[in-house]
Amino acid sequence: MPVDQEALDAVALSRAEYDLLVERLGREPNEVELGMFGSLWSEHCGYKNSKPLLMLFPSGGDRVLTRAGAENAGAIDIGDGLCVVMKVESHNHPSAIEPFQGAATGVGGIVRDIFAMGAYPIAILNSLRFGTPADPQNKYLLDGVVAGISFYGNCLGIPNVGGEVVFAADYNGNPLVNAMCVGLARTDRLQSAKARGVGNPLLLVGADTGRDGIHGASGLASRTDPEARFEEMRPAVQVGNPFMEKLLMEACYELASEHPEWLAGLQDLGAAGLTSSVVECCAKGGTGAVLELANVPRRESGMRPYEIMLSESQERMLVIANREHAADVKALFERWELHCEEIGQVTGGTDVVIMDNGVEVGRVPTGIASDPPLYRREGVRPAHLAELNTFDLASLPDLDPGEATAALLRLLARPNITSKRGVFRQYDHQVLANTVVPPGGDAAVVRIDGTDRAIALSTDCNGRYCYLDPYAGAAIAVAEAARNVVCTGATPVAVTDCLNFGNPEKADVYYQLSQAVHGLSEACSVFDTPVVSGNVSLYNETAGRPVYPTPVVGMLGIIEDVSKHLRAGFQRPGSEVWLLGAGIDQAADTLAGSEYLEMAHGKVAGLPQVDLQGERRLQELVLLANGEGLLASAHDCSDGGLAVALAECAVFGGVGFDGQREFGGRVDGALFGERQGRVVVTVASEAAATRLRELAAELDVWATWLGRTVEHGGFAFGPIETSVEALGEAYETGV
Amino acid sequence: MRFAIVRFPGTWSDRDCQHVLRDVLGQETEIVWHRESDLSGFDAVVLPGGFSYGDYLRCGAIARFSPVMDEVARVAAAGKPVIGICNGFQVLCESHLLPGALMRNDSLQFRCEWTYLRREGSSTPWVATIPEGDVLHVPISHGEGNYFADAATLDELEQTGRVLFRYCDAAGTATAEANPNGSVNNIAGIINAAGNVLGMMPHPERAGELLTGGADGNRIWRSVIEAAVAAVA
Repeated sequence: MPVDQEALDAVALSRAEYDLLVERLGREPNEVELGMFGSLWSEHCGYKNSKPLLMLFPSGGDRVLTRAGAENAGAIDIGDGLCVVMKVESHNHPSAIEPFQGAATGVGGIVRDIFAMGAYPIAILNSLRFGTPADPQNKYLLDGVVAGISFYGNCLGIPNVGGEVVFAADYNGNPLVNAMCVGLARTDRLQSAKARGVGNPLLLVGADTGRDGIHGASGLASRTDPEARFEEMRPAVQVGNPFMEKLLMEACYELASEHPEWLAGLQDLGAAGLTSSVVECCAKGGTGAVLELANVPRRESGMRPYEIMLSESQERMLVIANREHAADVKALFERWELHCEEIGQVTGGTDVVIMDNGVEVGRVPTGIASDPPLYRREGVRPAHLAELNTFDLASLPDLDPGEATAALLRLLARPNITSKRGVFRQYDHQVLANTVVPPGGDAAVVRIDGTDRAIALSTDCNGRYCYLDPYAGAAIAVAEAARNVVCTGATPVAVTDCLNFGNPEKADVYYQLSQAVHGLSEACSVFDTPVVSGNVSLYNETAGRPVYPTPVVGMLGIIEDVSKHLRAGFQRPGSEVWLLGAGIDQAADTLAGSEYLEMAHGKVAGLPQVDLQGERRLQELVLLANGEGLLASAHDCSDGGLAVALAECAVFGGVGFDGQREFGGRVDGALFGERQGRVVVTVASEAAATRLRELAAELDVWATWLGRTVEHGGFAFGPIETSVEALGEAYETGV
Repeated sequence: MRFAIVRFPGTWSDRDCQHVLRDVLGQETEIVWHRESDLSGFDAVVLPGGFSYGDYLRCGAIARFSPVMDEVARVAAAGKPVIGICNGFQVLCESHLLPGALMRNDSLQFRCEWTYLRREGSSTPWVATIPEGDVLHVPISHGEGNYFADAATLDELEQTGRVLFRYCDAAGTATAEANPNGSVNNIAGIINAAGNVLGMMPHPERAGELLTGGADGNRIWRSVIEAAVAAVA
């Protein structure tokens, strides 16, 4: 008898998908099986709309130790037998419904992905986007999300070193909450999420299983939910227990790092809970498993097999132990005061068999479960883009030079540019005592304990650019993230990405997704930064309107000698300030998608430009110059343009600036145009300036003298005349 | 000098304390699980920061019942140096090894930022080599560091020189703006009557290297290390 539509809706499968399932299974699935397939074939777990696109990403390289998508996170060799493990993941929908717990459990989930690899988490970053903060609903979401991240991350003792907080009306009601975690492991201790060794026990460790979070993957994250359903869906948001997670993290790290021979596989329980953990581990291990649900420790009585298999209760890990060391593993977890129960065994077949008190209640062939239908759709360029892209920016009146100072002060106070100190100081960014450059710089710099090395981390994406041109916007996100880590003296080496888009079943949204993936791929090839891990979050819409296409890029850079790291702020008076990558004069087209354009003219229009080869040469120049000790500071020139970049350098360093007064062209383009591929540097000496110009000429990169840092606290550039104090006051407006 | 660094379930600055004491200052250290009941082999005890038992109840209220705390009380009574940092300070207050309590920050938010501390009070081993009035730059990282004690207790603390650290501005003046959490009298750290048990909310172990922002915290560690050397000599 065919199932009714309501049952399919509950698991978010289409009728066609259901028919395909019946055909491949050779029978109708029962209720438990239908729930499991619904989750595994959801976009969230199965990537059915995005997988064909994700395969375009460059994902290999000399340093890459993991195969794309094959593990819980990507691992990158950093030398000396050590590797960095990293991933970014979204928790957008839960955070829209319940910001505190949604964001908190987002942190919990990504941290488990990292320690499931056998790594110790050493940094968290959060890339957050909200609607305009003036709206109390958005402020409520912002405050709740930040408090949730603070609550969960601080308790774990992992420094929260950076990220972004961005605002745009297009995120009204659908905030983006992307959490990135980075871990450190000995390369020979890396763990795999594979169920290996027939007869090996499956141990469920950590929290008891409750009814929370059922249908999180299929319901919340894999279809568009009108806000009307938020109240109804609230119970699908899990509740976090960071203390439990802390114990799990310490115990799993001890197990993986000190007793690797006890372990045959390690996997966290995330979306779709036990279902996806067990099925994915078996699919990857080429094995089957038999589970006895009676042995699953529960939070409440009367739970049905369906609920146990789909519960998304947090803070649980699946440990596949080597049979002869099962008792040792249990003893280790008990010492950490954690539950550890054997709930099943690895079998030789390829089916995951679910038993409830000895009675079979479900049988899922892993081959079918892990192979959802894939959709290659046709994208259609949104009709309104043509008009926006060809808007004649030169037709806009130029900024009156007499208004330039006021415009700069207003820009600095804008939510997207102003200091986020009010957010970052709620996060512990110093624990582990390795934070060299804290949040607020171009990229965070974290020392690798016991070495001279450090890593630099940045997350970036400008939704306005991606809205205007998803290809160029995504490429710019990679370029800017790379530039940010370069500005700390680090060489970019790898990317993790989180693709936040609307409903891919709409042709214009699919176009955005597809174009962004192509742009991201090309840029990652040019910068030689493979995409080692990532996450896709679709169906981000409010009232049928998609969010800005937002492919968030998390970039990892390596600094071989941490003593050579650079900061953004001017370091001392009397230094020459140079702009690398372009001249000061900029035409009106550099206002495309800029913060200034939106502020001054209320417009999001134009066509953002990116020159990836030029960008690459620029970054090479900064790294070479820093390697030769020529630079005293470096700051990326991005949101708000050159004048904002200079103002930030002055404010961060508390040092004044006396710059060029005369330049041609448009005032707004020169001061606030967002031409890409530019970095503001100060040089260590006059000889260094000479050498910098030589290097720039060799690499065919523009180098333009901007001015000097000064003893007094003044700030002058072009028609702008103000003080560092006034700039600082505007910058510290906060959100 | 041999330091025991106690690890409760949920402690997280154990590794940081070990890093600064062992790797930066060359001392012997051992991280001790909270079920340990013998600390006789150590010269000093550190109760580090973190969220013992998640701080789901009053901070430190469960950790005070850990087996190791009876031994910490004996070590304290024997006059050996004991320091409680952040959550460790909260545990010491809950254990009544120090007076007063730490309430929620007056901002009702977690605060992680650098603060200035003015060294005051009597000359105990923890601060003997730091001249009175010196200003130390040390970060805080807590949600519940708002120190409170009743008027009589405060009076006693102030009169007997048991306030060792007070939040101040860079110039050393204890202003309301420099107080990050609403602590009464800007109190950041206090000592017991015998002068060997120090509790402080700021994290000296996070001010251990110039690379990570400053090394003023080492002045506190060096003071107690020198005092121990002097005692042996």
